Amino acid sequence: MSQLVRPFSRLGWLAGLALLLGQAVQAAPLSISQLMDSLAKHPQGAATFTEKKTISILDQPVESSGELLFIAPARLEKRTLKPRPETMVLDGDTLTLERGRRKHVLQLRDYPEVAAMIESIRATLAGDRQALERAYHLALDGSAERWTLVLTPLDPKVGAVIARIRMEGAKDVVRSVEILQADGDSSLMTIEKRAPPQ
Amino acid sequence: MIHVRHRGITAIVLWLIFLLACAGIISRTHFTTDLSAFLPRSPTPEQQLLMDQLRDGLASRLILVGIEGADAPTRARISSQIAQRLRADRTFVSVNNGEPVNTEHDRAFLFNNRYLLSPAVTPERFSTDGLHAALSDSIDLLASPAGLLVKSILPRDPTGEMVQLLEQLNSGTQPKLVEGAWASRDGTRALMLMQTRAAGSDTDAQQNAMAAIRQAFDQAPGATPSVQLVMTGPGVFSVTSRDTIKRQVTRLSIISLALIATLLLLVYRSFSALALGLLPVISGALAGIAAVSLGFGAVHGITLGFGTALIGEAVDYSIYLFVQSEQNRADHQNWIKRFWPTIRLGVLTSIAGFASLLLSGFPGLAQLGLYAIAGLIAAATVTRFVLPSLLPANFRIHDLSAVGRTLSRVVQRAAALRWPAAIVVLAACAIVVANRASVWDDTIASLSPVSQADVELDTRLRADMGAPDVRYLVVVSGANQESVLRAAERVSALLQTHVEQGQLAGFESPSRYLPSLATQRARQASLPPRPLLETRLAQAVQGLPVRSHLFTPFLDDTAAARSQPLLQASDLQQTSMAMAVDALLIQQRGQWRALLPLTAPEGGNIDADPIRAALSAIPDVLFVDMKAESDRLYSGYLHEAIVLSLGGLVAIIALLLAVFRSPLRVLRIIAPLAAAVITVTAGLSLFGQQMIILHLVGLLLVAAVGSNYALFFDRPDPNTPILPRTLASMLFASLTTVAGFGLLAFSNVSILQALGVTVAPGVILALIYSAIFARQSDAGSSRA
Repeated sequence: MSQLVRPFSRLGWLAGLALLLGQAVQAAPLSISQLMDSLAKHPQGAATFTEKKTISILDQPVESSGELLFIAPARLEKRTLKPRPETMVLDGDTLTLERGRRKHVLQLRDYPEVAAMIESIRATLAGDRQALERAYHLALDGSAERWTLVLTPLDPKVGAVIARIRMEGAKDVVRSVEILQADGDSSLMTIEKRAPPQ
Repeated sequence: MIHVRHRGITAIVLWLIFLLACAGIISRTHFTTDLSAFLPRSPTPEQQLLMDQLRDGLASRLILVGIEGADAPTRARISSQIAQRLRADRTFVSVNNGEPVNTEHDRAFLFNNRYLLSPAVTPERFSTDGLHAALSDSIDLLASPAGLLVKSILPRDPTGEMVQLLEQLNSGTQPKLVEGAWASRDGTRALMLMQTRAAGSDTDAQQNAMAAIRQAFDQAPGATPSVQLVMTGPGVFSVTSRDTIKRQVTRLSIISLALIATLLLLVYRSFSALALGLLPVISGALAGIAAVSLGFGAVHGITLGFGTALIGEAVDYSIYLFVQSEQNRADHQNWIKRFWPTIRLGVLTSIAGFASLLLSGFPGLAQLGLYAIAGLIAAATVTRFVLPSLLPANFRIHDLSAVGRTLSRVVQRAAALRWPAAIVVLAACAIVVANRASVWDDTIASLSPVSQADVELDTRLRADMGAPDVRYLVVVSGANQESVLRAAERVSALLQTHVEQGQLAGFESPSRYLPSLATQRARQASLPPRPLLETRLAQAVQGLPVRSHLFTPFLDDTAAARSQPLLQASDLQQTSMAMAVDALLIQQRGQWRALLPLTAPEGGNIDADPIRAALSAIPDVLFVDMKAESDRLYSGYLHEAIVLSLGGLVAIIALLLAVFRSPLRVLRIIAPLAAAVITVTAGLSLFGQQMIILHLVGLLLVAAVGSNYALFFDRPDPNTPILPRTLASMLFASLTTVAGFGLLAFSNVSILQALGVTVAPGVILALIYSAIFARQSDAGSSRA
């Protein structure tokens, strides 16, 4: 029962927040193409992240943190340092996962759900509107100063796994990515820009 | 006279019977163009394995296909259309182009049998501590980016056996996907990998498979004229080599025959002389093929190609008969008295030379030796015993005395060239010595009839595909499937330690997909009974963020696995694992074999010694480096051929010594031949052509053919000049030989080309050197 209820409660919360934000920034509405242009012009590069996953079969959320590196246009690296070192590299269509000595190489095509999830982050960081619109319905709210982008999967198969992806950002920086799975599990990744290396 | 007549008729009858017998044998002869000619007659176990792999191993059954031209979406579409069509074709075991075909089946098979298949299933893993460790691992994985993949199966597989299995399977690298189909790294070519049902050595079946691929391509709705299909692979090579050899042998024999017939017609100016002159040739060819067929059970296309060249040599005997004898019957008898002993000695020296090849462990070489011996004996015998009786009473050829007289004058002056010739020979010696390091080409590829362009295409596609090159293999033999699988498991455990130490990137084993029954039973026994497992699980989850009741499906699955029937080979059907087991687990000649191909670490080679040493503890296990093995095989052939050729030379010298009992005289006969051989070798070296075995055979042939000339020039009494007719006959004989072998020089089958470029110039040189270094008639007595 709790699994059914939780998404609804969060939905309500989200709706409220969106409404609030929407009112606050009504003065400067932002279009999707404007946002994408500014994201594409200023690729984010290196950042740190903390991620909190809430999984129904686990009694408590799992937290992890590490570094995120995006090299336009197609390479995304996620290096988890805690609790266990792990690297995920997305390059083109190939996803490489490394845990300890083990290395998995996956073709995104073979795992459409994983692909959809990861592609959303990469395409947003790249400001690639086309790639996003191939897989998602896009809804943007807020102003350039503070925006919220909600992605809803178009493919029902993907939709059966991922209910919605919600990104928040300011100007050309993505601040957080929240993924809500259809079964109620969710993850929230908060991104902090690292000072560019001198 | 009546007596002679009678003997003649007997000879003709015997000859006809002989021809019929040869024709009978040939009609049942199997002609091959495959690798058999290059494989040893009495192989070592490693070579046997190499041979089996070449004939019907996994690698021999792969066809690599490339689709070029147009744009990426078109190529991908055609790839998909071809694949769809060929997957329904029984000719192919599998057709891969990157599309997920068996994925569902594979995953279901792995998941349902995970407790029988996973090497991690041990009693310790299902103890309380083992479960705790496995569960914490799985929970970590759940939090990782891959978590999405394992979340749904966690309640059924909390120890992560499925992840274990997938990890094992995904060790190989695959080409990248472009538009949903495999593509080369530069993205300009779509790639497909097909495995035929038939062995690579079944050339007809391979040809059918190629035709099926071609047809599927031609009929693909997406095909446009700008798109091309390319294919490569061992089977494709067999088919194209066979076509090449067939085409070349046919063309060479036609041209060679036409050329020699024209030459003879110009000389004889008589059609009946031409027809009669070819009789010994035809007899020789039939005898050669029949002898090889009887001796080897099959005749290789290369032997036939060699046979066409030998036409030019076999025709010499009838030239000697026609040109050297006077224009009447009595003189044919006279010819037999005067010249036959010399020709017989020439034939014997040729046989002495070629007999050494019969001892070769390289069947291709032994075939050539037998063909040459049988062919030359038949041709000479027919010339001596049959041909004179067949000549009509008024048989006449064009008068050649004018040519002979001119030659006589030339020969008289040839002695003036002694010093220049000596200098040429010395220079040739110097060249050979200077280039001695690079004289031989000792790679087995030098024998291959496959063109350089085809080899390059193969290398390119293979690199694009990351196709298995199956260089290092561990082979386990045994009496039955169970015993080889158990041995393969022991070897796997040992190899795994080498993988962990980084000496190996990985390895394959049939036991991975089909564990031995003993191992499967042991794994079943590792699973505790349900109540016990339940208790342990309850303890194991303590301190972990999960509750044990979540894992009821796990308890159900393990309980079922404890009593599930053990996996048999037939259970793998419809999965891609079936293909692997098929290729890696072989039953042959009542013996079972498991193959474990090893993968070298990236950018490195496998250090064979430690692995070989470690494996020596396990009985019936062989470590094979296929490349080293095939190179060793060839250099063995080459070394053997050198020894045998020298043996042939010694045999020729011994024969001449036995006949003449004069070392000086033998030296005088051998010297021009040696000079010709050295000059040809130097010439090849100058033109940058490295010698292969067939050059060596060519040199032997130069010595054999050239000995005839040297013998004619040799006379005990320097005051008897060489008859002009004899000189004319030698010139024509050498011209026909050069025509026959010279044609081979234009062949693009490397083996035939090597023979051609050696024999054609060698024979001419042998004739010239013989003339130059012959004992001169006393200066005053020159009679034109």
